[in-house]
Amino acid sequence: MLEVKDLRKTFNTGTINEKVALKGVSLTLEEGDFATVIGGNGAGKSTLLNLVAGVYPADSGTISIGGQDVTRLPEHKRAALIGRVFQDPMMGTAATMQIEENLALAARRGQPRSLRPGITKAEREQYRELLKILDLDLEDRLTTKVGLLSGGQRQALTLLMATLKKPKLLLLDEHTAALDPKTAAKVLSTTEKIVQQDHLTTLMITHNMRDAIAHGNRLIMMYDGRIVVDVSGEEKKKLTVEQLLALFSRASGSDEADDKLLLS
Amino acid sequence: MDFLTALLRAMPGAVGQGLIWGIMAIGVYITFRILDVADLTVDGSLATGGAVCVLLTVNGCNIWIAVLCAILAGMLAGLVTGLFHTLCGIPAILSGILTQLALYSINLRIMGFGTDAGTKASLAVSVNDFDLLVSSRYIRDVALNNPILLLAVITAALIAVLYWFFGRELGSALRATGANPNMARAQGINTNFTTVLGLMVSNGLVALSGALLAQYQGSSTIDMGRGAIVIGLAAVIIGEVIFSKLFHNFALKLLSAVIGAIIYYVVIQFVLRLGLDTNDLKLLTALVVAVFLAVPYWKGRYFSKSAKKEAGRHA
Repeated sequence: MLEVKDLRKTFNTGTINEKVALKGVSLTLEEGDFATVIGGNGAGKSTLLNLVAGVYPADSGTISIGGQDVTRLPEHKRAALIGRVFQDPMMGTAATMQIEENLALAARRGQPRSLRPGITKAEREQYRELLKILDLDLEDRLTTKVGLLSGGQRQALTLLMATLKKPKLLLLDEHTAALDPKTAAKVLSTTEKIVQQDHLTTLMITHNMRDAIAHGNRLIMMYDGRIVVDVSGEEKKKLTVEQLLALFSRASGSDEADDKLLLS
Repeated sequence: MDFLTALLRAMPGAVGQGLIWGIMAIGVYITFRILDVADLTVDGSLATGGAVCVLLTVNGCNIWIAVLCAILAGMLAGLVTGLFHTLCGIPAILSGILTQLALYSINLRIMGFGTDAGTKASLAVSVNDFDLLVSSRYIRDVALNNPILLLAVITAALIAVLYWFFGRELGSALRATGANPNMARAQGINTNFTTVLGLMVSNGLVALSGALLAQYQGSSTIDMGRGAIVIGLAAVIIGEVIFSKLFHNFALKLLSAVIGAIIYYVVIQFVLRLGLDTNDLKLLTALVVAVFLAVPYWKGRYFSKSAKKEAGRHA
């Protein structure tokens, strides 16, 4: 479903702030794969996700989604194939617009916007039902401005928006990192529920090793702009935090692989 | 007593001007509030609207067609600013300033079209000779040709059309672009396109306002748009300060910008009657807008700080 080949990206080329973020990353996700991505700060996780989403162009390499080469496609066109949830709860929703308006915008992802109604009555009913799944008492607040919601509510709503129109690829960029542990757990379980139910191909970045192990059928670890660990299937199921740390120190060739570096 | 009678006699004029500038204020509302861009093109496109309308009218064109052409000229100006911003990556404010400056020359050329010199700083159009839509001459008449009547109808129609448009898919996309461009792109909205579209709609309205203003005062002049953005902002802000608690519906928010413009001109009449020099008006307007823009900022900054301290003390 997702095929990334030898992706490279350098920021601030030719300046003293030059930062090589990706040093040739190749990755293939099969349909229905749920891969968690883990790695320390500056490992290139977010860069990888942003390149796939088209936030900025790659220096070299190719990206294709569902067999379609999207390497040169602008962000808004790729959005037809991709659902995204960001780390910052403010980023995924329009604060000054109503819950139902945000959902209606998401329902039209990948379609040309015309002079048809921005939202219909039938949609409102559909959204009310969908919001019930979140179990956050939002189903009776369709016309509430999203800016009045809590961070957790906004992330759950963004998740719903990202999957309202079934995407070929779901990108989750540490989408629970800014939430308190209890809310984070709830948003994560909702994520699991939606991904399973719609059989979505998913790439989820996380700082939390336990989450990375507990979710998905595949685990990818990045270090210094490269993928250094890629486990799946049975091996992934049996993985423990200790093994993960051992894998990391072997792959990165350094002994400083403690949980400080990876958090947990 | 004389003061009051004089003020009362000035009221119809203030309302008429306020309605014309209210249309301009709606344009400013679209860029400043919906698109979250301060568009300075308007100082130029207002005069462009006036110039195009008067030029066509004095050359025998039907007044409605002249007004339509003025709107299209304004939209073209918005398109240029939009392309400067999106295609060339120039910051929005600077893009507007560039277009505005360029329009100064263009407006001189428009008004001087067909003359030997080729440029002209003003162009008169008398209601005696032409069938104008609005004229200040009839502002105190109790008759159908009183400009306030037609202006009110035009304003109501515009608000209705805009209300309809911003409830459509495209209008919603435009609102989303202003509210959160990252989210808009993630939802597949071409934010460059919606930004350009918003600037075009806004400047079309501003040019319409200019076309009406030129007819109303009987001439288009090169500096009729000077400081227009500030007057537009004043109208938007006055409207919000007074009606934000009352008006939540989008159509009413647009209406509050129009009422804001009327209040602005009523207040202007008031301070003029009190003896303020006309030349000091722009200074006063700028100060008023600065204060109203600063107040919410100060409120957020200092009020929340003291609130935090309070909370800390009680904890």
